[in-house]
Amino acid sequence: MAESRFSVKVIPTLRKDLLLASLKRGERLDGRGLHDYRSIKLQYNIVSKAEGSALAQLGSTKVVAGLKTVLSAPFPDAPDQGVLIVNAELTPLASPLFEPGPPGEEDIELARIVDRGIRSAPAIDFGKLSIMPGSKVWGLFIDIYPLDYDGNLVDAAGLAAMAALLSGKIPKAVVEDNKVVVLEEKENVPVLNKVVFVTIAKVGEYLLVDPSLEEELLADARITFSFTERGEICAIQKMGAGSFSVKEILEAQELAEKASKHLFQVLSQIV
Amino acid sequence: MQGAQRILVPGEVVGEKEGRGRVEVEGAVYKAGSQYRAKTLSVARYDERGNVLRVIPLKGKYIPSVGDIVIGIIVEVGFTSWLVDINSPYTAVLPVSEVSSRPVTIPRSDLSKILDEGDMILAKVISFDKTKDPVLTIKESKLGKIQRGLLVEISPKKVPRVIGRKGSMIKLIESMLDVEVVVGQNGRVLVVGSDRRREEIAALAIKKIEAEAHTEGLTSRIKEYIEGMLR
Amino acid sequence: MSRKAQAVKLLDEQGRRVDGRLPDEMRPLKIEVGKLKNADGSAYVELGNNKVIAAVYGPREVVPRHEALPDRALLRCRYSMLPFSVAERKSPQPTRREIEISKVVREALAPAIFLEEYPRTAIDVYIHVIEADGGTRTASIIAAATALADAGVAMRDLVAAVAIGKIGEVLVVDINGLEDQYGDGDMPIAMMPQLGEVTLLQADGVFKPEEIKRALEMASKHIRYIHSVQVRALKETYAKVEEGEVVG
Repeated sequence: MAESRFSVKVIPTLRKDLLLASLKRGERLDGRGLHDYRSIKLQYNIVSKAEGSALAQLGSTKVVAGLKTVLSAPFPDAPDQGVLIVNAELTPLASPLFEPGPPGEEDIELARIVDRGIRSAPAIDFGKLSIMPGSKVWGLFIDIYPLDYDGNLVDAAGLAAMAALLSGKIPKAVVEDNKVVVLEEKENVPVLNKVVFVTIAKVGEYLLVDPSLEEELLADARITFSFTERGEICAIQKMGAGSFSVKEILEAQELAEKASKHLFQVLSQIV
Repeated sequence: MQGAQRILVPGEVVGEKEGRGRVEVEGAVYKAGSQYRAKTLSVARYDERGNVLRVIPLKGKYIPSVGDIVIGIIVEVGFTSWLVDINSPYTAVLPVSEVSSRPVTIPRSDLSKILDEGDMILAKVISFDKTKDPVLTIKESKLGKIQRGLLVEISPKKVPRVIGRKGSMIKLIESMLDVEVVVGQNGRVLVVGSDRRREEIAALAIKKIEAEAHTEGLTSRIKEYIEGMLR
Repeated sequence: MSRKAQAVKLLDEQGRRVDGRLPDEMRPLKIEVGKLKNADGSAYVELGNNKVIAAVYGPREVVPRHEALPDRALLRCRYSMLPFSVAERKSPQPTRREIEISKVVREALAPAIFLEEYPRTAIDVYIHVIEADGGTRTASIIAAATALADAGVAMRDLVAAVAIGKIGEVLVVDINGLEDQYGDGDMPIAMMPQLGEVTLLQADGVFKPEEIKRALEMASKHIRYIHSVQVRALKETYAKVEEGEVVG
């Protein structure tokens, strides 16, 4: 598997039988109902050197995200819009399944899903990040690092990234004599919409919200939906080697939309 | 000191080797000058007669030892052998010759029909010396592929506690819940019963023993716990 | 006092440092043990504004297998600063500085480990600096050694570390980011606290011969204190475990 930095873990066949038997009774192996999230914990402003930061926990999955601002050149086709770069690294600190080396498919996919949700919503008013149209804008760098991987990195990474934006403070910049001056004064990140990410795993005929690592490894496939608070869908990603029927996709979407309310409630603690 | 126990960190002095204050020490220690020092994070406790101070590691990986019964998971099917994860830094090998005492005549490519990736086995370690990977056998009676049951994973260092003195803890669980408990020295424990709920209670009891391994009065607490769960 | 140090005034008339400490005073140190589930051992360290997490995996099978050593464990160490841990975003690619620190941290830890007990295996130490403010390598060593003990790895001793700095003619302990940047010297020192052996010694800046001796004495004293915090963190965590509480 040269294309992946994931090493494969063999789960006993008996364990999958056990999971399926348990799902039939409407219960997961960790005691959750099929549509429940694990306990969620969100801490923010944990890194004072970052412009924004958060640690999100879904059960024992832990993901830290940090926001840094960098004076950047805008893209030529959007001279008065700020720049967003989302980066994620699945380092071996977080799991024996992650291998050292430059970012692979899994790292890049995670970053790009979070990026798409934030960009499409849009979560950020990119126009307000313009300083000197055509030459200087704020670049927002969101760096995502799992610390402990026990399944469902996308939802945790999305929560951490959104919390870092919501609680973030970026320096004020003004133009004086055609020069950009960065002031000591800080202001909120111009957040337009909150977004959350909800992942559903398909195990046999069952759809599970917030899969644990074991469920992820036993799942046929997964699908992530990103939502705005108005219930609009702003990113979708199907993952894994299996497939969904159209009916299953629509069911998953409905489940995800319901579950998203819970995540928005978690985010609402940030004022 | 007797009856009391203390937690030791690596390098901590456990006792003097000779002279006044000399103690008999056994377990995870090393000698430095005139002293015994702890080698790992461990708990020190005097034996029943109060003569020997035992230093027992609290954590650590399973290092195989010849004669150990282990629960393994097949991770690779080869041409003449299987690779078996035994929850250890050392992956074990199960050669075809250790699966059946009769000569095996199946084509080499069909090894997966006997044992496939993901299958669990109960096996015995027949050789290991750290320079070569451990070799397993499943030829003896009771060994072989595990067909059903509930797998519980615990720290290999807590295995003696789950077994109990002369198997007392296992016997307690087995008789109270009408299940069979098979303990692998590698920290994998299998519970087999006819009732799913009772299997689960046994699994919870085993996790409780693991969590409270070094506390006093554990047997009676486990008894009460199981009684409470059955009510 | 050097011009550099005077420019930022690292020591005031009362002999206090920029953050109000006396020369012989460390920043507050906090250690938490076993907060990560996947790792075999882990520790989180806050040293002043530094926040560092270390995870230990192993002994485990060596991948790639040809790197395995026949007679002892292969010790590997990766120190990395997260991009948002510093004032200017750091690129995620490992820098030369991070590669050097990974090596010296590994060599600071190696003498304490009974590597020969685990032939043909790997012991991997991963360190993430979540926030940096001068002294990340010493905080990393403190975290890594505690995490190794938490993993149940056989060790001769723990390892603790502190940096001795120089402001003008004054030796100061545990220098912060500003003192590192504008001070006159930085000498990180790691020791096995109970055995008294030095396992890391680096220096940057100009020191007189007798200052080396004084720096080592100063470091020894603080290393004994750091060790006591490591021991307390480990023992409190396991006292709780032994009472049946669940960690993490």
